[in-house]
Amino acid sequence: MIDTDVLVIGAGPAGLLAATSAARAGVNVLLVERSERLGGQLIKQTHKFFGSRDEYAGERGIAIAARLVKETEEQAGITTWKNAAVAGIYPDGVVVIACKDSFYTVRPKKMVIATGAAEKTMLFPNNDLPGIYGAGALQTLMNVYGIMPGKRILMVGAGNIGVIVAYQLLQAGVEVAGVVEAAPRVGGYAVHAAKLARYGVPIYTSHTIKAAHGEEYLTGVTVAKLDECWQPIEGTDRYIAVDGLCLAVGLTPLTELCWQAGCEMRYVAELGGYVPLRNAEMRTTKPDLFVAGDAAGVEEASAAMVEGKIAGLSVAADLGCMNVTNELEHAKKQLSALRAGPASAKIRSGLSQILIGEVS
Amino acid sequence: MQNIPCEERLHKGPVAICECLQSIPCNPCADACPRQAITVAEINDCPVIAADNCNGCGLCMLHCPGLAIFVVDHTYSQEQALVKIPFEFLPLPKVNGSVEALNRSGECVGLAQVIRVQKSPNKTNVLWLAVPHELAMEVRAIRLQKEQ
Repeated sequence: MIDTDVLVIGAGPAGLLAATSAARAGVNVLLVERSERLGGQLIKQTHKFFGSRDEYAGERGIAIAARLVKETEEQAGITTWKNAAVAGIYPDGVVVIACKDSFYTVRPKKMVIATGAAEKTMLFPNNDLPGIYGAGALQTLMNVYGIMPGKRILMVGAGNIGVIVAYQLLQAGVEVAGVVEAAPRVGGYAVHAAKLARYGVPIYTSHTIKAAHGEEYLTGVTVAKLDECWQPIEGTDRYIAVDGLCLAVGLTPLTELCWQAGCEMRYVAELGGYVPLRNAEMRTTKPDLFVAGDAAGVEEASAAMVEGKIAGLSVAADLGCMNVTNELEHAKKQLSALRAGPASAKIRSGLSQILIGEVS
Repeated sequence: MQNIPCEERLHKGPVAICECLQSIPCNPCADACPRQAITVAEINDCPVIAADNCNGCGLCMLHCPGLAIFVVDHTYSQEQALVKIPFEFLPLPKVNGSVEALNRSGECVGLAQVIRVQKSPNKTNVLWLAVPHELAMEVRAIRLQKEQ
Protein backbone atom coordinates (compact mmCIF):
# COMPACT_ATOMS: atom_id res chain seq x y z
CA MET A 1 0.00 0.00 0.00
CA ILE A 2 1.35 3.40 -1.03
CA ASP A 3 0.41 6.43 1.04
CA THR A 4 0.31 9.89 -0.51
CA ASP A 5 -1.16 13.25 0.40
CA VAL A 6 -2.76 13.76 -2.98
CA LEU A 7 -3.53 11.54 -5.94
CA VAL A 8 -4.09 13.42 -9.21
CA ILE A 9 -5.68 11.28 -11.91
CA GLY A 10 -4.93 12.49 -15.44
CA ALA A 11 -2.02 14.61 -16.64
CA GLY A 12 -3.75 16.93 -19.09
CA PRO A 13 -3.87 20.70 -18.53
CA ALA A 14 -6.15 20.37 -15.46
CA GLY A 15 -4.20 17.53 -13.83
CA LEU A 16 -0.78 19.11 -14.43
CA LEU A 17 -1.91 22.40 -12.87
CA ALA A 18 -3.54 20.56 -9.96
CA ALA A 19 -0.33 18.61 -9.31
CA THR A 20 2.06 21.56 -9.54
CA SER A 21 -0.19 23.91 -7.54
CA ALA A 22 -0.60 21.39 -4.73
CA ALA A 23 3.08 20.38 -4.67
CA ARG A 24 4.24 24.00 -4.72
CA ALA A 25 2.10 24.60 -1.63
CA GLY A 26 4.02 21.81 0.10
CA VAL A 27 2.10 18.55 -0.18
CA ASN A 28 3.17 15.27 -1.77
CA VAL A 29 1.49 14.38 -5.04
CA LEU A 30 1.22 11.15 -6.98
CA LEU A 31 0.27 12.02 -10.56
CA VAL A 32 -0.98 9.12 -12.68
CA GLU A 33 -1.48 9.24 -16.42
CA ARG A 34 -3.02 6.52 -18.56
CA SER A 35 -0.98 7.28 -21.68
CA GLU A 36 2.77 7.31 -22.20
CA ARG A 37 2.97 11.10 -22.42
CA LEU A 38 2.06 13.93 -20.11
CA GLY A 39 0.08 16.85 -21.51
CA GLY A 40 -3.25 15.30 -22.45
CA GLN A 41 -4.84 16.80 -25.54
CA LEU A 42 -2.41 19.73 -25.50
CA ILE A 43 0.26 17.62 -27.23
CA LYS A 44 -1.70 17.77 -30.50
CA GLN A 45 -2.94 21.36 -30.35
CA THR A 46 -0.69 23.13 -32.84
CA HIS A 47 -2.76 26.34 -32.83
CA LYS A 48 -2.30 29.35 -30.56
CA PHE A 49 -4.58 29.47 -27.55
CA PHE A 50 -7.07 32.11 -26.52
CA GLY A 51 -7.36 33.50 -23.01
CA SER A 52 -5.05 35.78 -21.06
CA ARG A 53 -1.39 35.69 -20.15
CA ASP A 54 -2.25 33.77 -16.97
CA GLU A 55 -3.30 30.83 -19.15
CA TYR A 56 -0.41 31.30 -21.61
CA ALA A 57 -2.67 32.77 -24.30
CA GLY A 58 -1.01 33.39 -27.66
CA GLU A 59 1.16 30.29 -27.19
CA ARG A 60 0.51 27.08 -29.09
CA GLY A 61 -1.00 24.15 -27.21
CA ILE A 62 2.13 22.07 -27.90
CA ALA A 63 4.29 24.83 -26.37
CA ILE A 64 2.02 25.06 -23.33
CA ALA A 65 2.24 21.27 -22.94
CA ALA A 66 6.05 21.42 -23.02
CA ARG A 67 6.04 24.22 -20.45
CA LEU A 68 3.60 22.48 -18.07
CA VAL A 69 5.40 19.14 -18.35
CA LYS A 70 8.74 20.80 -17.59
CA GLU A 71 7.26 22.58 -14.55
CA THR A 72 5.81 19.29 -13.34
CA GLU A 73 9.07 17.40 -13.78
CA GLU A 74 11.07 20.10 -12.02
CA GLN A 75 8.64 20.54 -9.14
CA ALA A 76 9.73 18.78 -5.94
CA GLY A 77 7.10 16.62 -4.30
CA ILE A 78 5.53 15.14 -7.43
CA THR A 79 5.88 11.47 -8.33
CA THR A 80 4.67 10.74 -11.84
CA TRP A 81 3.48 7.41 -13.20
CA LYS A 82 2.88 7.10 -16.92
CA ASN A 83 1.08 4.19 -18.58
CA ALA A 84 -0.85 3.97 -15.33
CA ALA A 85 -4.61 3.47 -15.42
CA VAL A 86 -6.80 3.86 -12.36
CA ALA A 87 -8.80 0.65 -12.26
CA GLY A 88 -11.02 1.36 -9.28
CA ILE A 89 -11.77 3.41 -6.21
CA TYR A 90 -12.92 1.42 -3.18
CA PRO A 91 -15.37 2.71 -0.55
CA ASP A 92 -12.56 3.01 2.03
CA GLY A 93 -10.71 5.41 -0.29
CA VAL A 94 -8.16 2.91 -1.56
CA VAL A 95 -7.38 3.34 -5.25
CA VAL A 96 -6.17 0.53 -7.48
CA ILE A 97 -3.80 1.46 -10.28
CA ALA A 98 -2.78 -0.80 -13.15
CA CYS A 99 0.78 -0.04 -14.24
CA LYS A 100 3.48 -2.13 -15.94
CA ASP A 101 1.52 -5.41 -15.76
CA SER A 102 1.01 -5.01 -12.02
CA PHE A 103 -1.63 -3.63 -9.73
CA TYR A 104 -0.77 -1.12 -7.04
CA THR A 105 -2.92 0.05 -4.17
CA VAL A 106 -2.70 3.69 -3.15
CA ARG A 107 -4.27 5.38 -0.15
CA PRO A 108 -4.45 9.13 -0.82
CA LYS A 109 -5.71 11.67 1.70
CA LYS A 110 -7.20 13.70 -1.16
CA MET A 111 -7.89 13.02 -4.80
CA VAL A 112 -8.26 15.20 -7.90
CA ILE A 113 -10.05 13.57 -10.81
CA ALA A 114 -8.92 15.22 -14.04
CA THR A 115 -9.73 12.49 -16.52
CA GLY A 116 -10.88 14.74 -19.35
CA ALA A 117 -13.53 13.90 -21.90
CA ALA A 118 -14.32 11.46 -24.71
CA GLU A 119 -15.50 12.33 -28.17
CA LYS A 120 -19.11 11.89 -29.14
CA THR A 121 -19.90 10.19 -32.41
CA MET A 122 -22.83 10.16 -34.86
CA LEU A 123 -25.21 7.55 -36.14
CA PHE A 124 -25.46 7.13 -39.90
CA PRO A 125 -25.11 4.16 -42.27
CA ASN A 126 -21.52 2.98 -42.73
CA ASN A 127 -20.15 5.20 -39.96
CA ASP A 128 -17.53 2.51 -39.26
CA LEU A 129 -15.77 2.71 -42.64
CA PRO A 130 -12.01 3.27 -42.53
CA GLY A 131 -11.43 6.97 -43.23
CA ILE A 132 -13.99 8.17 -40.68
CA TYR A 133 -12.29 9.71 -37.67
CA GLY A 134 -13.07 11.56 -34.50
CA ALA A 135 -11.34 14.96 -34.47
CA GLY A 136 -9.07 13.89 -31.60
CA ALA A 137 -7.90 10.73 -33.38
CA LEU A 138 -7.30 12.70 -36.56
CA GLN A 139 -5.22 15.27 -34.67
CA THR A 140 -3.20 12.49 -33.04
CA LEU A 141 -2.42 10.91 -36.41
CA MET A 142 -1.59 14.23 -38.02
CA ASN A 143 0.03 16.33 -35.30
CA VAL A 144 1.60 13.72 -32.99
CA TYR A 145 2.64 11.05 -35.51
CA GLY A 146 2.87 13.10 -38.71
CA ILE A 147 0.56 10.86 -40.72
CA MET A 148 -1.65 12.42 -43.39
CA PRO A 149 -5.19 11.23 -42.62
CA GLY A 150 -6.55 11.57 -46.15
CA LYS A 151 -6.36 13.57 -49.36
CA ARG A 152 -9.80 15.18 -49.31
CA ILE A 153 -11.69 15.41 -46.03
CA LEU A 154 -15.08 16.71 -44.98
CA MET A 155 -15.43 18.07 -41.44
CA VAL A 156 -18.61 17.58 -39.44
CA GLY A 157 -19.19 20.21 -36.74
CA ALA A 158 -18.40 23.92 -36.80
CA GLY A 159 -17.71 24.31 -33.12
CA ASN A 160 -14.22 25.45 -32.16
CA ILE A 161 -12.75 21.96 -32.53
CA GLY A 162 -14.25 21.51 -36.00
CA VAL A 163 -13.06 24.82 -37.40
CA ILE A 164 -9.63 24.59 -35.74
CA VAL A 165 -8.95 21.02 -36.93
CA ALA A 166 -10.23 21.86 -40.43
CA TYR A 167 -7.59 24.61 -40.57
CA GLN A 168 -4.92 22.18 -39.31
CA LEU A 169 -5.92 19.85 -42.15
CA LEU A 170 -5.27 22.66 -44.64
CA GLN A 171 -1.90 23.24 -42.99
CA ALA A 172 -1.08 19.55 -43.42
CA GLY A 173 -1.79 19.86 -47.12
CA VAL A 174 -5.16 18.11 -47.07
CA GLU A 175 -7.96 19.45 -49.24
CA VAL A 176 -10.92 20.32 -46.99
CA ALA A 177 -14.15 19.71 -48.91
CA GLY A 178 -16.14 21.77 -46.43
CA VAL A 179 -17.52 21.91 -42.92
CA VAL A 180 -21.01 20.52 -42.29
CA GLU A 181 -22.88 21.93 -39.30
CA ALA A 182 -26.37 20.91 -38.19
CA ALA A 183 -27.06 24.17 -36.35
CA PRO A 184 -28.13 27.22 -38.36
CA ARG A 185 -24.95 29.06 -37.35
CA VAL A 186 -21.26 28.47 -36.69
CA GLY A 187 -20.64 27.67 -33.02
CA GLY A 188 -16.87 28.18 -33.08
CA TYR A 189 -15.21 31.56 -32.78
CA ALA A 190 -15.79 33.83 -35.79
CA VAL A 191 -12.04 34.39 -36.25
CA HIS A 192 -11.48 30.65 -36.71
CA ALA A 193 -14.31 30.43 -39.25
CA ALA A 194 -12.85 33.47 -41.04
CA LYS A 195 -9.49 31.67 -41.38
CA LEU A 196 -11.24 28.86 -43.25
CA ALA A 197 -13.34 31.24 -45.35
CA ARG A 198 -10.32 33.09 -46.71
CA TYR A 199 -8.85 29.84 -47.97
CA GLY A 200 -12.13 29.08 -49.69
CA VAL A 201 -13.47 26.32 -47.41
CA PRO A 202 -17.29 26.35 -47.48
CA ILE A 203 -19.26 25.98 -44.25
CA TYR A 204 -22.64 24.32 -44.77
CA THR A 205 -24.83 25.32 -41.83
CA SER A 206 -28.18 23.51 -41.31
CA HIS A 207 -26.73 20.42 -42.98
CA THR A 208 -26.08 16.88 -41.81
CA ILE A 209 -24.48 13.62 -42.92
CA LYS A 210 -27.05 11.09 -44.13
CA ALA A 211 -24.74 8.24 -45.07
CA ALA A 212 -21.17 7.29 -45.79
CA HIS A 213 -20.31 5.27 -48.88
CA GLY A 214 -17.54 2.88 -49.83
CA GLU A 215 -16.75 -0.81 -49.93
CA GLU A 216 -13.47 -1.26 -48.11
CA TYR A 217 -12.90 2.36 -47.20
CA LEU A 218 -14.67 5.69 -47.42
CA THR A 219 -15.17 7.08 -50.93
CA GLY A 220 -17.90 9.65 -50.36
CA VAL A 221 -20.74 10.88 -48.19
CA THR A 222 -24.31 12.05 -48.73
CA VAL A 223 -25.18 15.31 -47.02
CA ALA A 224 -28.63 16.89 -46.79
CA LYS A 225 -30.05 20.22 -45.72
CA LEU A 226 -32.02 20.37 -42.45
CA ASP A 227 -35.28 22.18 -41.84
CA GLU A 228 -36.05 24.28 -38.75
CA CYS A 229 -36.89 21.10 -36.81
CA TRP A 230 -33.48 19.59 -37.71
CA GLN A 231 -35.09 17.10 -40.13
CA PRO A 232 -33.49 16.39 -43.54
CA ILE A 233 -35.33 18.18 -46.35
CA GLU A 234 -36.33 15.85 -49.17
CA GLY A 235 -34.59 16.47 -52.45
CA THR A 236 -31.59 18.21 -50.91
CA ASP A 237 -29.32 15.14 -50.87
CA ARG A 238 -25.89 15.83 -52.27
CA TYR A 239 -22.98 13.46 -52.81
CA ILE A 240 -19.52 14.69 -51.86
CA ALA A 241 -16.53 12.58 -52.89
CA VAL A 242 -14.05 12.36 -50.01
CA ASP A 243 -11.62 9.78 -48.63
CA GLY A 244 -11.88 11.16 -45.10
CA LEU A 245 -14.65 12.31 -42.79
CA CYS A 246 -13.88 13.96 -39.48
CA LEU A 247 -16.46 14.08 -36.70
CA ALA A 248 -16.16 17.04 -34.34
CA VAL A 249 -19.59 16.77 -32.78
CA GLY A 250 -18.80 17.41 -29.16
CA LEU A 251 -17.26 15.81 -26.11
CA THR A 252 -18.64 14.13 -23.04
CA PRO A 253 -16.98 14.16 -19.58
CA LEU A 254 -15.13 10.98 -18.53
CA THR A 255 -16.66 10.52 -15.10
CA GLU A 256 -16.60 6.76 -14.48
CA LEU A 257 -14.35 7.25 -11.46
CA CYS A 258 -16.67 9.91 -10.02
CA TRP A 259 -19.59 7.49 -10.33
CA GLN A 260 -17.57 4.70 -8.75
CA ALA A 261 -16.48 6.89 -5.85
CA GLY A 262 -20.13 7.72 -5.16
CA CYS A 263 -20.16 11.41 -6.11
CA GLU A 264 -23.62 12.84 -6.66
CA MET A 265 -23.97 13.21 -10.43
CA ARG A 266 -26.30 15.22 -12.66
CA TYR A 267 -26.95 15.25 -16.40
CA VAL A 268 -26.21 18.74 -17.73
CA ALA A 269 -26.45 19.01 -21.52
CA GLU A 270 -24.54 22.34 -21.51
CA LEU A 271 -21.54 20.61 -19.89
CA GLY A 272 -21.59 17.61 -22.24
CA GLY A 273 -23.27 14.92 -20.11
CA TYR A 274 -23.18 13.63 -16.55
CA VAL A 275 -20.94 15.64 -14.24
CA PRO A 276 -20.38 15.57 -10.47
CA LEU A 277 -21.96 18.28 -8.32
CA ARG A 278 -19.19 20.43 -6.88
CA ASN A 279 -18.50 23.75 -5.21
CA ALA A 280 -16.41 26.72 -6.30
CA GLU A 281 -13.28 25.02 -4.88
CA MET A 282 -13.94 22.02 -7.21
CA ARG A 283 -14.88 19.78 -4.24
CA THR A 284 -17.48 17.12 -5.08
CA THR A 285 -20.09 15.75 -2.66
CA LYS A 286 -17.35 13.38 -1.49
CA PRO A 287 -15.36 15.75 0.73
CA ASP A 288 -11.93 14.32 -0.11
CA LEU A 289 -12.57 14.12 -3.84
CA PHE A 290 -12.07 17.05 -6.19
CA VAL A 291 -12.64 17.32 -9.93
CA ALA A 292 -11.11 19.59 -12.58
CA GLY A 293 -11.06 20.17 -16.32
CA ASP A 294 -13.36 18.54 -18.86
CA ALA A 295 -14.33 15.81 -16.35
CA ALA A 296 -16.06 18.61 -14.44
CA GLY A 297 -17.83 19.85 -17.58
CA VAL A 298 -16.55 20.24 -21.14
CA GLU A 299 -14.96 23.64 -21.66
CA GLU A 300 -11.81 25.27 -23.08
CA ALA A 301 -8.27 24.25 -22.03
CA SER A 302 -7.74 27.69 -20.51
CA ALA A 303 -10.59 27.03 -18.06
CA ALA A 304 -9.28 23.50 -17.41
CA MET A 305 -5.90 24.89 -16.34
CA VAL A 306 -7.46 27.35 -13.91
CA GLU A 307 -9.81 24.70 -12.52
CA GLY A 308 -6.81 22.44 -11.99
CA LYS A 309 -5.03 25.20 -10.13
CA ILE A 310 -8.10 25.80 -7.95
CA ALA A 311 -8.45 22.09 -7.18
CA GLY A 312 -4.73 21.74 -6.35
CA LEU A 313 -4.75 24.77 -4.06
CA SER A 314 -8.00 23.67 -2.37
CA VAL A 315 -6.52 20.27 -1.66
CA ALA A 316 -3.40 21.89 -0.22
CA ALA A 317 -5.54 24.15 1.99
CA ASP A 318 -7.45 21.08 3.20
CA LEU A 319 -4.15 19.47 4.19
CA GLY A 320 -3.16 22.45 6.29
CA CYS A 321 -1.17 24.66 3.92
CA MET A 322 -1.87 28.15 5.20
CA ASN A 323 -0.44 30.30 2.43
CA VAL A 324 -2.69 29.49 -0.49
CA THR A 325 -5.72 31.71 0.23
CA ASN A 326 -4.67 34.67 -1.91
CA GLU A 327 -3.67 32.52 -4.84
CA LEU A 328 -6.93 30.61 -4.61
CA GLU A 329 -9.00 33.78 -4.62
CA HIS A 330 -6.97 35.11 -7.57
CA ALA A 331 -7.58 31.89 -9.54
CA LYS A 332 -11.30 32.01 -8.85
CA LYS A 333 -11.47 35.61 -10.11
CA GLN A 334 -9.43 34.64 -13.18
CA LEU A 335 -11.91 31.88 -13.98
CA SER A 336 -14.94 34.15 -13.52
CA ALA A 337 -13.37 36.72 -15.85
CA LEU A 338 -12.77 34.06 -18.53
CA ARG A 339 -16.38 32.95 -18.29
CA ALA A 340 -17.92 36.43 -18.17
CA GLY A 341 -18.54 36.87 -21.90
CA PRO A 342 -21.32 35.79 -24.26
CA ALA A 343 -19.14 32.93 -25.58
CA SER A 344 -19.49 31.32 -22.13
CA ALA A 345 -23.26 31.76 -21.69
CA LYS A 346 -23.81 28.02 -22.16
CA ILE A 347 -21.11 27.14 -19.62
CA ARG A 348 -22.56 29.56 -17.07
CA SER A 349 -26.01 28.05 -17.53
CA GLY A 350 -24.55 24.56 -17.07
CA LEU A 351 -22.55 25.47 -14.00
CA SER A 352 -25.59 27.03 -12.32
CA GLN A 353 -27.12 23.54 -12.31
CA ILE A 354 -24.27 21.78 -10.51
CA LEU A 355 -22.62 24.36 -8.26
CA ILE A 356 -23.25 23.67 -4.61
CA GLY A 357 -22.38 25.47 -1.39
CA GLU A 358 -19.79 24.17 1.06
CA VAL A 359 -20.11 20.46 1.74
CA SER A 360 -20.73 20.03 5.45
CA MET B 1 -16.99 47.86 -39.85
CA GLN B 2 -15.76 49.18 -36.55
CA ASN B 3 -12.09 49.48 -35.66
CA ILE B 4 -10.94 50.76 -39.04
CA PRO B 5 -8.65 53.77 -38.79
CA CYS B 6 -9.90 56.95 -40.47
CA GLU B 7 -8.84 57.74 -44.07
CA GLU B 8 -6.42 60.37 -42.85
CA ARG B 9 -4.63 57.88 -40.57
CA LEU B 10 -4.60 55.21 -43.27
CA HIS B 11 -2.67 57.57 -45.52
CA LYS B 12 -0.10 58.48 -42.89
CA GLY B 13 1.69 55.14 -42.76
CA PRO B 14 1.45 51.51 -41.60
CA VAL B 15 -1.33 50.72 -39.14
CA ALA B 16 -2.86 47.55 -37.70
CA ILE B 17 -6.34 46.52 -38.78
CA CYS B 18 -7.97 44.28 -36.21
CA GLU B 19 -10.72 42.08 -37.65
CA CYS B 20 -11.82 40.70 -34.28
CA LEU B 21 -15.47 41.61 -33.90
CA GLN B 22 -16.88 38.94 -31.62
CA SER B 23 -16.77 39.00 -27.86
CA ILE B 24 -14.44 36.13 -26.89
CA PRO B 25 -12.10 35.74 -23.89
CA CYS B 26 -8.77 36.76 -25.40
CA ASN B 27 -6.20 39.55 -25.00
CA PRO B 28 -2.65 38.59 -26.11
CA CYS B 29 -2.68 41.41 -28.72
CA ALA B 30 -2.91 44.02 -25.98
CA ASP B 31 -0.02 42.42 -24.07
CA ALA B 32 2.06 42.21 -27.24
CA CYS B 33 1.90 45.89 -28.18
CA PRO B 34 5.05 47.74 -27.10
CA ARG B 35 3.24 51.10 -27.52
CA GLN B 36 0.11 50.24 -25.55
CA ALA B 37 -1.95 51.06 -28.62
CA ILE B 38 -4.31 48.11 -28.15
CA THR B 39 -6.86 48.02 -25.37
CA VAL B 40 -8.91 45.03 -24.26
CA ALA B 41 -10.68 46.54 -21.25
CA GLU B 42 -12.22 43.31 -19.96
CA ILE B 43 -10.95 40.01 -21.29
CA ASN B 44 -14.20 39.38 -23.20
CA ASP B 45 -14.17 42.81 -24.85
CA CYS B 46 -13.08 43.25 -28.46
CA PRO B 47 -9.70 44.90 -28.90
CA VAL B 48 -9.68 48.61 -29.70
CA ILE B 49 -6.66 50.02 -31.53
CA ALA B 50 -5.69 53.61 -30.88
CA ALA B 51 -4.51 54.17 -34.45
CA ASP B 52 -2.49 57.25 -33.58
CA ASN B 53 -0.33 55.22 -31.17
CA CYS B 54 0.10 52.34 -33.62
CA ASN B 55 3.12 52.37 -35.92
CA GLY B 56 2.18 49.18 -37.75
CA CYS B 57 5.08 47.14 -36.34
CA GLY B 58 2.94 44.00 -36.54
CA LEU B 59 3.98 42.38 -33.25
CA CYS B 60 0.30 41.91 -32.38
CA MET B 61 -0.10 39.83 -35.54
CA LEU B 62 2.35 37.26 -34.24
CA HIS B 63 0.47 36.80 -31.00
CA CYS B 64 -3.17 36.93 -32.15
CA PRO B 65 -4.50 33.34 -31.85
CA GLY B 66 -7.26 34.13 -34.33
CA LEU B 67 -4.84 35.39 -37.02
CA ALA B 68 -7.25 38.31 -37.21
CA ILE B 69 -4.84 41.27 -37.31
CA PHE B 70 -3.36 42.69 -40.50
CA VAL B 71 -1.21 45.74 -41.22
CA VAL B 72 -2.00 48.09 -44.09
CA ASP B 73 0.38 50.78 -45.39
CA HIS B 74 -0.93 53.12 -48.04
CA THR B 75 2.33 55.08 -48.12
CA TYR B 76 4.24 52.16 -49.64
CA SER B 77 4.27 53.63 -53.16
CA GLN B 78 2.25 55.72 -55.55
CA GLU B 79 0.68 52.69 -57.20
CA GLN B 80 0.68 50.13 -54.45
CA ALA B 81 -0.18 49.62 -50.81
CA LEU B 82 1.59 47.17 -48.55
CA VAL B 83 -0.53 44.55 -46.77
CA LYS B 84 1.05 42.38 -44.07
CA ILE B 85 -0.74 39.10 -43.40
CA PRO B 86 -0.08 36.34 -40.86
CA PHE B 87 0.84 33.10 -42.66
CA GLU B 88 0.97 29.63 -41.11
CA PHE B 89 1.52 27.45 -44.18
CA LEU B 90 4.49 25.83 -45.85
CA PRO B 91 6.09 26.25 -48.29
CA LEU B 92 6.63 29.97 -47.87
CA PRO B 93 6.32 32.06 -51.04
CA LYS B 94 9.47 33.37 -52.69
CA VAL B 95 10.48 36.97 -52.07
CA ASN B 96 9.86 39.11 -55.18
CA GLY B 97 7.66 36.38 -56.60
CA SER B 98 4.03 36.92 -57.35
CA VAL B 99 1.15 35.06 -55.67
CA GLU B 100 -2.61 34.95 -56.06
CA ALA B 101 -4.20 37.46 -53.69
CA LEU B 102 -7.33 36.13 -51.95
CA ASN B 103 -10.11 38.09 -50.28
CA ARG B 104 -11.97 37.15 -47.08
CA SER B 105 -14.05 34.62 -49.03
CA GLY B 106 -11.04 32.94 -50.59
CA GLU B 107 -11.67 34.42 -54.04
CA CYS B 108 -8.69 35.47 -56.12
CA VAL B 109 -8.89 39.24 -56.62
CA GLY B 110 -5.58 39.71 -58.39
CA LEU B 111 -1.88 39.18 -58.02
CA ALA B 112 0.27 40.34 -55.13
CA GLN B 113 4.01 40.79 -55.11
CA VAL B 114 5.81 39.28 -52.14
CA ILE B 115 8.06 42.02 -50.75
CA ARG B 116 9.31 40.28 -47.67
CA VAL B 117 8.81 37.06 -45.68
CA GLN B 118 9.25 37.74 -41.99
CA LYS B 119 9.96 34.50 -40.17
CA SER B 120 8.94 34.29 -36.56
CA PRO B 121 10.15 31.91 -33.85
CA ASN B 122 6.53 31.16 -32.89
CA LYS B 123 5.86 30.04 -36.49
CA THR B 124 3.32 32.72 -37.29
CA ASN B 125 5.26 34.13 -40.22
CA VAL B 126 4.29 37.45 -41.75
CA LEU B 127 4.09 38.11 -45.48
CA TRP B 128 4.55 41.63 -46.83
CA LEU B 129 2.46 41.94 -49.98
CA ALA B 130 2.34 44.80 -52.45
CA VAL B 131 -1.15 45.19 -53.92
CA PRO B 132 -3.03 47.98 -55.71
CA HIS B 133 -4.32 50.55 -53.20
CA GLU B 134 -7.94 49.66 -53.84
CA LEU B 135 -7.28 46.04 -52.78
CA ALA B 136 -5.58 46.85 -49.48
CA MET B 137 -8.79 46.28 -47.52
CA GLU B 138 -9.66 43.17 -49.54
CA VAL B 139 -6.53 41.01 -49.63
CA ARG B 140 -6.29 38.79 -46.54
CA ALA B 141 -4.72 35.55 -47.79
CA ILE B 142 -2.63 34.19 -50.64
CA ARG B 143 -2.35 31.11 -52.77
CA LEU B 144 0.91 30.07 -54.37
CA GLN B 145 0.63 30.03 -58.13
CA LYS B 146 0.82 26.64 -59.74
CA GLU B 147 4.27 25.45 -60.83
CA GLN B 148 5.91 27.81 -58.31
